[in-house]
Amino acid sequence: MSSEWPLWEIFIRGQHGLNHRHVGSLHAPDAEMAIRNARDVYTRRNEGVSIWAVRSNDITASSPSEKGPLFDPANSKVYRHPTFFDIPDEVGHM
Amino acid sequence: MYAQLVKSEGAKSRDEMSPEEAAFQERIDRGEKIEPKEWMPDGYRKTLIRQIGQHAHSEIVGQLPEGNWITRAPTLERKAILLAKVQDEAGHGLYLYSAAETLGISRDELLEALHSGKMKYSSIFNYPTLTWADMGAVGWLVDGAAIMNQVPLQRTSYGPYSRAMIRICKEESFHQRQGYDIMMKMARGTPEQREMAQDALNRFWYPSLMMFGPSDAESVHSAQSMAWKIKMNTNDELRQKFVDQTVPQAEYLGLTIPDDKLAWNEEKGGYDFSEPDWDEFFAVIAGNGPCNAERLGARVKAWDDGAWFREGVMAHAEKAAERAAAVRTAAE
Repeated sequence: MSSEWPLWEIFIRGQHGLNHRHVGSLHAPDAEMAIRNARDVYTRRNEGVSIWAVRSNDITASSPSEKGPLFDPANSKVYRHPTFFDIPDEVGHM
Repeated sequence: MYAQLVKSEGAKSRDEMSPEEAAFQERIDRGEKIEPKEWMPDGYRKTLIRQIGQHAHSEIVGQLPEGNWITRAPTLERKAILLAKVQDEAGHGLYLYSAAETLGISRDELLEALHSGKMKYSSIFNYPTLTWADMGAVGWLVDGAAIMNQVPLQRTSYGPYSRAMIRICKEESFHQRQGYDIMMKMARGTPEQREMAQDALNRFWYPSLMMFGPSDAESVHSAQSMAWKIKMNTNDELRQKFVDQTVPQAEYLGLTIPDDKLAWNEEKGGYDFSEPDWDEFFAVIAGNGPCNAERLGARVKAWDDGAWFREGVMAHAEKAAERAAAVRTAAE
């Protein structure tokens, strides 16, 4: 069996002003073909104004088993949310 | 449906589960999604590969009966619409192959399993599309049956599968409507056109009912798949829903569903109907349907004939990368 085309992760900017968002993956021999294929696979109904293609191998991901230790530090810092602070009604909108 | 007779692996009761398996089941019960790199029981992984793979193969092979009519569509507009629909099926196959690949199987392995007959695709695509009215019946009934199954699967426990289903469902209702639109046109046409529409309904009715698979009320495999939320309803529930939805649509067209026993049952709030011929179903699944050899033959031929292209563009990409690397080195 011949060697498979590499896998690419596809990110689409849905509208001007929004972030690119991961929509899925596809196989393509190179970056240019990845963009062309992404156009056909993921934007057949005007879903996007811009496409990023990234080789799946080039993505570093956090490990699911370390989810606890990785995100724990944020749990105890509730004062980072504005609702932590009581502002009297008389002060008005803040 | 698009995945029929998917055997699930390793059905276990709560008491037999390891702590890891029990924790996994609890996550699913809480409605959490399982993502690719997370721990999952081997049976869950294998069953999903089988189910998503079969679903993907069905989308790809499903292009063939309709592709047959692209060059013979009655108008340029119908041709453009059918072309867009068949292109969607290719897209659906690609979303699903990608979802299956996140479980640790490669695209080549999946295709190899299809081509060797080790993996199946839906029995429905082994029936021929003989007239233009069949394009209407396929969109209306076959895509209608597919939607029945796919809508609940949007809530399936495996993240990539669920997201693929959400994309697919968004696009699928175009398919059913375009089919029904063809049926309306034919049913209101000349007597010959009406006859073609009725004939298409006659031929596709029972094969469409077969798409849901045989009754699985007693099946252990089904029970395990439902516990894992990779199957959301029993085959019988979905088939009943499909019949209840479709009968009034046929009445609107003035066409007759080819079933003498079809009758409204007030008590159950649904229609009673005849079962399809399950011997025929098993024969088609086993490879002995009217078009099995033709369909699989067309897939294998397309794959073999495309080898020079796949290898050629890959060689080009590798050379271009080498040249770019050489230029970078020279510049340093």
